[in-house]
Amino acid sequence: MAIIETEDLTKEYDGLIAVNKLNLKVEEGEIFGLLGPNGAGKSTTLLMLTTIVRPTSGTARVNGFDVVHQPDHVRRSIGIVFQDPSSDDTLTAYENLKLHGMLYNMPKDLREKRIKEVLELVDLTDRKDDLVKQYSGGMRRRLELGRGLMHHPKIVFLDEPTLGLDPQSRENIWHYVEKLSKEERISVIITTHYMDEADKLCNRLAIIDKGRIVASDSPEMLKKVIGGDVINIKIKYPDLEKIKKLDFVKKITEKNGIVSLAVTDANKHLAQILQVIGNVDSVELRSPTLDDVFLLWKVSPQRDESAEGGWAEKIVNYRSKK
Amino acid sequence: MDIYKELNGILAIWYREIKVFLREKSRIVASIVNPILWLLVFGGGLGSSVSIPGVNYQSFIFPGILTQAVLFSSVFFGVYIVWDRKIDFLKEVLVAPISRTSIFMGKIIGGATDSMVQSIILLLIGLLLSRVGLISGLNITAFSLFAALIILFLSTCAFVSVGLIIGSQMESPEGFQLISSFLIFPLFFLSGALFPINNLPAWLTPLTLADPLTYSVDALRSVLLNVSHFRFIFDVGVLAGFTVLVIIIGTYAFKKMKV
Repeated sequence: MAIIETEDLTKEYDGLIAVNKLNLKVEEGEIFGLLGPNGAGKSTTLLMLTTIVRPTSGTARVNGFDVVHQPDHVRRSIGIVFQDPSSDDTLTAYENLKLHGMLYNMPKDLREKRIKEVLELVDLTDRKDDLVKQYSGGMRRRLELGRGLMHHPKIVFLDEPTLGLDPQSRENIWHYVEKLSKEERISVIITTHYMDEADKLCNRLAIIDKGRIVASDSPEMLKKVIGGDVINIKIKYPDLEKIKKLDFVKKITEKNGIVSLAVTDANKHLAQILQVIGNVDSVELRSPTLDDVFLLWKVSPQRDESAEGGWAEKIVNYRSKK
Repeated sequence: MDIYKELNGILAIWYREIKVFLREKSRIVASIVNPILWLLVFGGGLGSSVSIPGVNYQSFIFPGILTQAVLFSSVFFGVYIVWDRKIDFLKEVLVAPISRTSIFMGKIIGGATDSMVQSIILLLIGLLLSRVGLISGLNITAFSLFAALIILFLSTCAFVSVGLIIGSQMESPEGFQLISSFLIFPLFFLSGALFPINNLPAWLTPLTLADPLTYSVDALRSVLLNVSHFRFIFDVGVLAGFTVLVIIIGTYAFKKMKV
């Protein structure tokens, strides 16, 4: 059974289409990644799936419930870790969790039991009575992850869960997420623009750009689309005609004096390529990464403008339309 | 709608506001010190050269200062929703399985509690000051204190709602500050907190009558000083009507609020 299913899910903000007829299907127990540059529509999609924002058109079902017509059922089925800190830093960890339990209408006994459980899960038991103000960024994220699990949701949404964290804390968060998925069979939806994170964690992922899904598959399959290993060659005058004749070269791109080739069995064929291409400055050979997939789909990894847009941006857009 | 669930939600929001209020001691202190300065320095200074028939000037403005204190702390309470939005705390509350009406109610009760703590302290200080003879002519009895608290409670519910309505529409604390100042000062000055409203210039009277705070000040004067411009029941009626109106508007604003 699909735990999340959307049909032509669309969100428009004053004529700006943030999410455009999105069709998504996530199976139970999966770690599913939503990848895309800033402003691609990831966050808006998440806000719609979590009932915070109402879709302009289309439908979405989460744990079998409609996000527009059964928001309370959806809310009880999901836990969320937001991109920005969402705990109150004038409260202690324990108080934040207690507040959460009260908001989710848990009886006192159950609440205390779950608080104890999640504090242990995210290793914060001995710091539970410290103000969140005194926590590091990683600890605070862990607290919020624990809090998102407190009401035993079937699905957990993680919006850029490791943004701004140090490598150690990132590893930590990944570890908890994998544990959840394996031991509790919780479905996890992650948005991220870290390719390594998506590669490491996700069973399946969808790349979104401009509000649409441009590719969706497992990380392995997506990388296979590249057609082999990647060879980057820095060279001033490449002889591309000769390279094009080689049948093991699947794809050629040239940018800023660097020629990128997708090559099957690159180790075996490297010498032959270097012979024909000309005077080489430097060579790099590596396995394909999701970054390459990203580039292949012509999705620029960073774009600053958010689709939602501030008022100034709206005026600019309005004027340029005229 | 599950009533018990919603009540628990209101309780949760309230729990949080109280915890935060009790941790931010400076807020309590500031909300007490300013009104006392108004009362003693402004009231004492101006009172030495202004006389209002039948009442000592400091006593005369005491109800006005109480109302002012409630007005300021209540409206400014709305800024916390802007801060909640700046981090993602607001989203955490909005995705909880409770209605936005309950969230709004919890916020009102939270803000009202802050203001009532402040009001009780100020009333006690008033009691103390009139005992030692620094201000005279206050009618302080168990009943008048109770009635004053009811009036202040209605006022704070109204003005916390006003603050939350502004807060629900603003994205920056600075913007909130700007808009609320534009609102607070006219409300305060027009209310007759600092002067009697029976002999005003013709252009000023309608503005004064349109200010809901006028009725709050007048009702307080009638219980604490036995002087008033309108009948007590009329004051309370207008105040209660205004409170209901802004709570309805606030509930609607919360329902339509963007994240």
